[in-house]
Order: sequence, then C-alpha cells, then structure tokens
Amino acid sequence: MSVAFDNSKPIYLQLMDYFFQQICSGSLKLGEKLPSVRETAVNVGVNPNTVQRTYQEMERKGVVVAKRGQGSFVTEDEQVIKQLRSEISEEYVNKFVIYMQNNGFSKLEILEQVKEALQSSKGER
Amino acid sequence: MDNMMINFYSVSKKYGLTTAVKDVSFQIPSGGIIGLVGSNGSGKSTLLKLTAGLLTKSAGEIVVCGETVTRLIAKKVAFLAEVDSLYDFYTVRETLSFSKRVFPDFDEQKAVEIVEVLEVDLHKKIGALSKGNRARVKIAIALSRKVPLLIMDEPLSGLDPLVREDIIKMIAKYVEMENQTLIISTHEVSEVEPLLDHVLLVQNGEIILSEKVEDLREKKGQSVLDAMKEVLR
Repeated sequence: MSVAFDNSKPIYLQLMDYFFQQICSGSLKLGEKLPSVRETAVNVGVNPNTVQRTYQEMERKGVVVAKRGQGSFVTEDEQVIKQLRSEISEEYVNKFVIYMQNNGFSKLEILEQVKEALQSSKGER
Repeated sequence: MDNMMINFYSVSKKYGLTTAVKDVSFQIPSGGIIGLVGSNGSGKSTLLKLTAGLLTKSAGEIVVCGETVTRLIAKKVAFLAEVDSLYDFYTVRETLSFSKRVFPDFDEQKAVEIVEVLEVDLHKKIGALSKGNRARVKIAIALSRKVPLLIMDEPLSGLDPLVREDIIKMIAKYVEMENQTLIISTHEVSEVEPLLDHVLLVQNGEIILSEKVEDLREKKGQSVLDAMKEVLR
C-alpha cells in the first residue's frame, strides 16, 4: 500500500482517511484484522507513534476495535460503517455542491456534470 | 530533567578562529524520532558530534543520558557518520562480526536480518558494494546497536530514491520506539517528514525552532518545510 501525504496536514488524519476508504469500499471487511501498528508504519513510511494515534482515533470513533493481545479489528457492527459512509458522502457532496453553486452552476447543470463524470469514470475505483 | 536525553548548557565550539557553535543551551526530550534541519554550514554536524563525544567543546557543559559527555559516551550513543568507515577487505558478514567485537551492545542477529531484508549479499566484500549497498550496511549496523541514543548524520545524502526509501522504512521498522531516541539530520526534509515526532531547526549554530511536527500541521497548517522557510526568511 502506498499513500501520498500532504506534509502540511496532520498525517494521522490522512492515514485515517486512507483506512476509512479501505473500510467503506470493502477492501477491509467487517471484523477483519488491521495490520499491526509497526507493519503499517513500515508500509507507508510513517512514524509508528503517528500510526498509533490513527488507530486510537479510529477506536474512539468505534470503527475499529482493539482486542487485548490480538490487535486491532474493523468493527463487526454494520450500523457504524453505514454511519461512516453517510458522513463521508455528506461531507464531500456538500462541499462539492457549494463549490459548484459558488461558481454559478445551476442544479440541472450540476446533475448533468455529475452524470457525465460518472460515465467517464465507469468501472474505476 | 530526568526525562531529557540531551542537555546543552552554554556550549561553544571553535575550530581555530572560526566559531561554529556559540553559547547554545537546549534540551532534547527522550523518545521518538527527532529531525535536525538547517542549511549547509548551520552547525548541525558540529552539534551532533559534540553530543556523541566525537568533538570536544570549547566551553560549556553537555549532558547526555544523565552523563557528562566524554569520548566514553560512545557506549550509550550510536553515531552514523556521513562518511563511511567500513573496511573494504571485509565481507558484509565479517563486517557485522567485527561490529559485534567493537560494540558489546551490538545485536548481530538483528543486523543480519536487516541486511537480508535489504537483499545485500552477505558474502560480498565491502569494497565490491555499490554506494547504495554500503549505505544499507551502515544503516543496518547503526540500527542494531542497543543504545538509548541513535544519531544519524545525513543518512540520505547522495543516495538514489530507492535506497532512501529503503532506509526510511528500515528506520520505521527497527528503531525501538519505546526505549530509543533517534536524531536524524537531513536536507531531504520532505522525505523524512512523515517519520518525525519532533523537529529542531538550526541556524548559525543555534536552535531557533523546536516543535512537535503534528502540532505544526494541526495548529499552523504548516509542513516542516514551510516552518523552515518562515523562520529562515
């Protein structure tokens, strides 16, 4: 796995986004074990303390569950993942809509643009 | 002060008539990975060598791991120098055994493991290695010492991106985060940034910025490079 980081934003948040993408897209399944902190650190070339923080933050949100002596796992609670997905989609869609409206696009135009974009990105993840 | 790894008290260092470090005092806490950045000639190497007991100070006091620094601090400090000091006539394997004899705290098994992960041929002579592989061997040796303080002076300079990536990954993998402090000086700031806990910025032999890296990002939305440009301007 490789993640390109923007050095002016907190890396633990960027890493969390990365894991959320994996979870929301189903690459990491419900109840699946996450790589250990050290493994993730090595894979992405990040300080292990930072990875630790990402894991703690994901635990706090209930998306990841730490099991004593076994490691960290994606939650088995489907509801939590649903919630996460809708949060993410809300955040990005809202941002997008506001940006487009600020640029003078009408509702219809926005819908058209989205349709077009969806068509040309077909099959790509 | 007990949890301070390095303490400098009004330390100066002169090379003949030139003053490299002038009356500096600072502390570095123990634990984590610390980046030492600054332009050429800012005094980074001098500070690191003073810390490792490889240079004698002209004035002041230096305490590392609770001990006043003399040449004997080498028992507690591993120093990876910019120029390498490997013997060409040894094979990689022999070099590791030699290190074991020189450093009583050397974990030979770990060194062999690292060298194997990096796919350097153990039976090749050091003299026959490429520059990149020499650098890999050096890193393996430094990371295999069981010491509280590891110092790496420009470990990435002059190496290609693949070797640099290898080195960064090895650091993330093998530094004992719980009981080791790593200080790494470099120009490739953006490359080591994701690795750092803390950054120290040096100018004219003085530490002019000391900050947690994630704090820079969270509070100021700055990367280490941005902070560096701001302070140096």
